[in-house]
Amino acid sequence: MSVYLLRRLFQSLLVMLAMSVIVFVGVYAIGDPVEILISPDADQIERERAIKALGLDLPLWMQYLSFLGNALRGDLGRSFVFNEPALQLILQRMPATLELAFGAMFIALLIGLPLGLYAGLKPNSMGSKVIMTGSILGFSLPTFWVGLMLIMVFAVQLGWLPSTGRGPTVDVFGLRWSFLTWDGLRHLAMPALNLALFKISLVIRLTRAGVRETMLMDYVKFARAKGLSPARVTYVHVFKNILIPVVTVVGLELGSTIAFSVVTESVFAWPGMGKLIIDSINVLDRPVIVAYLMIIVLMFITINLLVDLAYSALDPRVRLENK
Amino acid sequence: MLQISTMRAAAMAAVSAFALATAVPAKAQSLTMAVGAQVTSLDPHYHALSPNYAVATMIFDALTSFDSEARLEPGLAESWKPVGETVWEFKLRAGVKFHNGNPFTAEDVAFTIARVPAVVNSPSSYAIYTRAIERVEVVDPLTVRFHTRAPYPLLPTDLAQVAILDRETHEGASTDDFNSGKVAIGTGPFRYQSFRSGDRLELVRNDAYWGDKPHWQQVHYRILPNDATRTAALLAGDVDFIDQVPTSDLTSLRRSDRVRIAEKDGLRIIFLALDHQHPQGSPLITGNDGKPLARNPLHDLRVRRALSIAIDRPAIASRVMEGTAQPSGQFLPPTSFGAIPDLGAPRTDADAAKKLLAEAGYPDGFRITLNGPNDRYMNDARIIQAVGQMWTRIGVRTNVDAQPWTTFIGRAGKQELSAFLVGWGISSGEASNPLRSLIASYDRDKGFGTSNRGRYSNPAIDAKLELALRELDDAKREALLREATKMAMDDIAIIPIHIQKNVWAMRPTLVHDSRADELTRAQDVRPAPTR
Repeated sequence: MSVYLLRRLFQSLLVMLAMSVIVFVGVYAIGDPVEILISPDADQIERERAIKALGLDLPLWMQYLSFLGNALRGDLGRSFVFNEPALQLILQRMPATLELAFGAMFIALLIGLPLGLYAGLKPNSMGSKVIMTGSILGFSLPTFWVGLMLIMVFAVQLGWLPSTGRGPTVDVFGLRWSFLTWDGLRHLAMPALNLALFKISLVIRLTRAGVRETMLMDYVKFARAKGLSPARVTYVHVFKNILIPVVTVVGLELGSTIAFSVVTESVFAWPGMGKLIIDSINVLDRPVIVAYLMIIVLMFITINLLVDLAYSALDPRVRLENK
Repeated sequence: MLQISTMRAAAMAAVSAFALATAVPAKAQSLTMAVGAQVTSLDPHYHALSPNYAVATMIFDALTSFDSEARLEPGLAESWKPVGETVWEFKLRAGVKFHNGNPFTAEDVAFTIARVPAVVNSPSSYAIYTRAIERVEVVDPLTVRFHTRAPYPLLPTDLAQVAILDRETHEGASTDDFNSGKVAIGTGPFRYQSFRSGDRLELVRNDAYWGDKPHWQQVHYRILPNDATRTAALLAGDVDFIDQVPTSDLTSLRRSDRVRIAEKDGLRIIFLALDHQHPQGSPLITGNDGKPLARNPLHDLRVRRALSIAIDRPAIASRVMEGTAQPSGQFLPPTSFGAIPDLGAPRTDADAAKKLLAEAGYPDGFRITLNGPNDRYMNDARIIQAVGQMWTRIGVRTNVDAQPWTTFIGRAGKQELSAFLVGWGISSGEASNPLRSLIASYDRDKGFGTSNRGRYSNPAIDAKLELALRELDDAKREALLREATKMAMDDIAIIPIHIQKNVWAMRPTLVHDSRADELTRAQDVRPAPTR
C-alpha cells in the first residue's frame, strides 16, 4: 500500500514538473509580458528597467530554474501585475469558486435526482419525454449564452436577482464566504444555476439509466414479490444502488467545475479563480498562470487518488497492487 | 477567448433588445459605478496605467491636474512658473490636509519625487514622469523648486500624473500596504473604505476636501470587464453608471429613455503604422505573383498617399464605429495644443489613389498583409477588414490578419509586419507626446521613438521636436510642434484613421462631466438638475 502511494506521489510530481515546463514555454511563445504591462509612454530605459525588475532579462532556462528553486521552498513567485504572491492571490479567490462549484453540485443533485428517478420509473410517460428532451438542451446550450439569458430574464426583466458579482461575505476560518448571508445567496443563485445546467442533465441521464437497469434486477423483483410497498422498493432498494455511479461521476465533475468555471465566472463577474486565470492570461501574468495550473494539477491528482482509494475500500475486488 | 468574444457580440444584441423593466431608484448620495478595465493596485506609484490613474485621482491629488478637455489646471499647486532655464517654481495650496489629518507641505512633494523611482517590482514605473528632475529644493513649506537636467517645458504636464503622498504616513510603505488600505491615504476627494482586487473598491467622501466636494457620500466602484455583463448590470439597475459602452449596444441604448448616454471626443488616435525600415522588400508585401518585391513599395511617398486616400474614413466612423469616432488627418483634435487647426481627414479618392500607384510603378498594385489586434481597441478587427476592402478596391490586394493583442504586439515590436493598426492615447493632451513616441527616430538615449514600430525616421522632424522639447515659451513651442506635425503628416509617416469618442452610459437621473482622457471617476458624476 505505501509503495503504491509513494509511486503515485512520484508520478504526480513528474506531471507537475512537465506542466510547469509547458506553461513556461507556452507563455514565452505567446508574447512578452512587458509589452502588455508597461505604460505606452514609457521610454526605452524604463522598458529595460521593467524587464529586469520582473526577471525577464535572463534566458528562459535560467528563469525556469530560479522558479523551480523557489517552488521547492513553497514560493511560486509574485504576480507581475499585482506584486502579490501568486499562491496568495489564488487562495484568496478560492472560497468564491468553491462555493460556486458546490452550489452548482447541490442544485444538480437537487433537481437532477428526482427528475432522473421519475424518468426512469415512468419511461414512456409524457413528463419523462419532456425531461429527457430538456436534458438534451442542458447538454447543448452554451453556458455563455444561457448565462446572459438568465441575467436578462431574472435581473433585467423581472428584477428578482442581482445581475452580477458576489454578495456580502462572512468570515469563517479566516476565509470569506458569501453563502451564509441572504443577499450572498441571491447573488449566488444565478451563476450556480448556470454552472449546474450541464450537470443537471448529466445527473438526470445517469439516474434514469441506473433506474431502468436496476428495475429489471432479480432483487427488485424479489422485493416486489415479497410485497414491499413500491415506495420502499424505489427509495430504499433501487435508490441506494443507483447512487454509486452518480456519486462517482459527480465527484469527478466537481474537480472540473472548480478548475474550469471560467465562462460562468466571467459572465457573472464572479470574483473567483477562473476570472483570475482569464485576466492573468490576457496580460501574460506568468507566475499566476503557472501557480494556478500547478494547483489544478495537484487537485486532480488528489481527487483521482481519493477515488482509487475509495474504490478499493468499497469493493474488495479492486486491489491497489503494482501491475 | 476568441469564441467568447464572437458570442458576446451576438448575445449582446439580444440582451439590449429587451427594454428595461423596472429601475430601482438610486439610494440617495450613493453611487455604484462599473468600469471595464482592471485596477491593478492602489499604490499610485506602482503601475502606470490609465485605470490605476483614474482611481488615484479619486483618492490622491497631484500638483497639477487635467480638466475634462485635457488642459492643465491647478491641483495641489496653485501656480507654477519657470524661474530659470532649468528651474521650475511651484507655489503650493495652503491648508490642505491628508485624510488622516496630516498637513500637506513642500516636504511631502520632495518625499514623493524620491519615492516614485524606488517602488519595487513595478511593471511600469511612474519614474518616466519624474526623471527630468535632478533635485527638489524646498524653499519654504509652501514653495518648492524643481531643478531639471535640461530645460523641460513639460514638467507641469508630467507632474499631473504623480500623486502626492505624505512623508510621515508613507515613509517605507510598500505596495501591499496601499492595497490592504493601511496607507491608502491621500488628499483627494474620496477616502478609501475597502478594496478587493479584481472585484471592487469602496470609497467614502472626504468632507474636508479642499476643492469642489463631490456629491456622493458613498461610492461603489466595481470592475466588470465583460462588456455584455456591464451593460446588463446597468439595465438591471444594479449599477448606476458604466464606461466603455460597446458600440453594438449603442443604437438601442440611445433609443432607450431609461439610459442616458454621454459622449466625448477622446484623445486616442487609431492609425496604421507602416514599415519604413526594410528598403529591400517588406516582410509581408509581395508582387501579384506572390514573389517578394525587390524594394519596399511603402518607401515611396506616392504609395503611402495612395493607401491613405483610399480609406473612406467617414464610412468607417459611421458604419463600423456607429458614430463613436471622428475621422482624422493628424494625431489630435484640431483645437489641441500643437495640433494643426485647419487639417481635417484626407478626402477619399480611389481614382487618384490608383493614379498615384501607377505613377509609382505599381499600375496593378501589389499584395500586402494588414495586421492588427482583435481585442484591444473599439472594433479593431472590423476596422482593418474595412480598410482591407478599400485597399483591395485600388488594386492593393490586402490580406487581413487580426490577432489577440498579446501575440500581435510582440510581432509588431520586432518589425515583422508591413502595415498594422494600433492606437495611441495621448495622456498629455498635446502634440509632443505622439511626435516623440510614434514619429521620432528610434533612439534609446533620447528616449525617442519608443512606439515607433514601423521605424519611420526623418532627421528634420527629430530636430524640430528636440527644439520644441527645450522651448519654455508656449507660443514658440506650439509653432514648432505644429511644424513637426505638418511634416510628419505630409510625409505620411503614419496613416491616421480616426480619433475615438469615449462613451459612458448611466441612469437618466445622472449627468456626467465627460472627460477627453477616458478616465472614469466618481467626482465627475452628479444628479441631473431637476426641472
